[in-house]
Amino acid sequence: MIDETVDKSKRQFLTTALTVVGAVGTGYLAVPFLSQMQPSVKAMAAGAPVEIDISKIEEGQLIRVAWRGKPVWVVQRSPQVLETLKTLDSQLRDPLSNESEQPEFSKNPARSMKPEIFVAVGLCTHLGCSPTFRPEVAPHDLGADWKGGFFCPCHGSWFDLAGRVYKGVPAPTNLEVPPYRYETDTLIVVGESAEDKA
Amino acid sequence: MNIKPTRLRMCGNWVLERFPLAKVWNEHMAHYYAPKNFNFWYFFGSLALLVLVNQFITGILLTMNYKPDAKLAFDSVEYIMRDVNWGWLVRYMHSTGASAFFIVVYLHMFRGLLYGSFKHPRELVWIFGMLLFVALMAEAFMGYLLPWGQMSYWGAQVIISLFSAIPVIGDDLSLWIRGDYVVSDATLNRFFAFHVIAVPLALVLLVFMHIVALHEVGSNNPDGVDIKKSKDPWGHPTDGIPFHPYYTVKDVVGVAVFLIFFATVIFYMPEMGGYFLEHANFIPADPMKTPEHIAPVWYFTPFYSILRAIPDKFAGVIGMGGAIVVLFLLPWLDRGQVKSIRYRGGIYKKALMLFVISFIALGYLGTQPVTPVATIMARIFTAVYFGFFLLMPIYTRWERFKPVPNHITMQPTLEERIPEMKAVIDELTLVTEGENTKRGFNPTGAKNILIRTAKNLKESLD
Repeated sequence: MIDETVDKSKRQFLTTALTVVGAVGTGYLAVPFLSQMQPSVKAMAAGAPVEIDISKIEEGQLIRVAWRGKPVWVVQRSPQVLETLKTLDSQLRDPLSNESEQPEFSKNPARSMKPEIFVAVGLCTHLGCSPTFRPEVAPHDLGADWKGGFFCPCHGSWFDLAGRVYKGVPAPTNLEVPPYRYETDTLIVVGESAEDKA
Repeated sequence: MNIKPTRLRMCGNWVLERFPLAKVWNEHMAHYYAPKNFNFWYFFGSLALLVLVNQFITGILLTMNYKPDAKLAFDSVEYIMRDVNWGWLVRYMHSTGASAFFIVVYLHMFRGLLYGSFKHPRELVWIFGMLLFVALMAEAFMGYLLPWGQMSYWGAQVIISLFSAIPVIGDDLSLWIRGDYVVSDATLNRFFAFHVIAVPLALVLLVFMHIVALHEVGSNNPDGVDIKKSKDPWGHPTDGIPFHPYYTVKDVVGVAVFLIFFATVIFYMPEMGGYFLEHANFIPADPMKTPEHIAPVWYFTPFYSILRAIPDKFAGVIGMGGAIVVLFLLPWLDRGQVKSIRYRGGIYKKALMLFVISFIALGYLGTQPVTPVATIMARIFTAVYFGFFLLMPIYTRWERFKPVPNHITMQPTLEERIPEMKAVIDELTLVTEGENTKRGFNPTGAKNILIRTAKNLKESLD
């Protein structure tokens, strides 16, 4: 004889158990699916250091080199520029680079190993455009307050010639300084710092 | 008398016994009753569907010759333009279709603001529509990377970097989206997959849900009157007419007019002066150098302006995202009891007018380079944009409504307006009686007309 009563709690248990097992299975499957979109091993390996020959750089000149697919700048700054940099602190958001990304050796007002040679990743810390190099003082389009620096045309962020961000612009931090070291006086290796080598 | 059914009919019946084709057709076309007072604003829904079909067909054809590879993509687009038979036409139809899609969708959404189509009981229709809008933006953004020009590259760089502004997970998230440390071949390849498979599927699903939700509650109309309140003895709304054939035929007229504009752009101005296809995108992507002036395609510029106006990275991203999120909340922000602008108070009309002005102004500013004046303007218009939505719960409570009729009203047709127009022309002409009756311009008449128009405008805004 068939028992007419239905054991609902048994059904409920089976439903819950199946849902939990299904959810766990889906969760496990999501890992390879989502992780598949992470940078591949090949992409991660492509970060080899690059060498930059600066023997021919002139005062006020900017050299642009690709490192990890990003533009890296090397700028030769004049003594006047270095003097100007000292007067800007009150207009800058992070003049001492406390909240910015740089190797320890360049955490100084000029943000470089040797004061006159400035090395930085040429991407705006706002949304990653490459700012333009505008070393001239008070050009027509940027106004009288412009002391020379980098201007991001995308969203109007201002940086001085040490890549330090001005107040009141969208970029949150100073331009990133990559790890680098001097192989010789005229050869910079970007992607490796002296500490790594030692 | 007993007529023997034809073979064709028997075949038809065989299908209908197994598949509810007739039922679906009747439910959504032949027996779907729509209000009989639709005006031209109601063309844009079906036009959006038309553009979607255009994008699907031309997109499939483009996929046959396009190469989603950073080394080959730019050249393959040029190959389509120069060497593939009619490739230029198919590509221009696709690129113009993208802009047309946004024009049509923006007008379709504005129609909703005019006639309160987002209000109870159509909140879900609006939500599905907004999800469609977001999916459409994703589709357009990812499609724009594919030609791998300078604008493609740097546009993608900027938009993906938006995600990095999110605290804690931001950097990992943008890395995951790119699949590399910079926008690269990996990014291009996955955007291609999203653009041709994932997002189009989502779009089709959402269109289906948008229409099912609409047909469940019924269409709104320019009077905002519920036509289900009065029904004839057969249960059909007295103010309604079947969608097919009445509106299918009417929409054909809208389609014809739309196609005239669409074809004009495709054949005579496919780049639209750099607004539909930007000049810098005819230069291959160069990761070392951002173009001097970068701007997104016109349909993103209002949101881009909001991003630029806020001088803080995270707040800017929140502002940009918030500009879209507030649209989702519209059905609950608007506390006005009346749907249609025809019977709403002057305060909503003025607010809506300010909103439209600020939306267009933000759009214009987004295409222009950053200057201090432009930034201040953008901040003002951003405030107006958000003010329209966030102050809505307050100012819609103060509204003084006009009485809403029980039945829909019919506007005079163009034909019925002829005597009116004749009267205006008569008022404008000065007749000098004499040997030869002379007709000239009448300045006092013109002045009277202007004053009358201004008075009418003021009255309608109160």
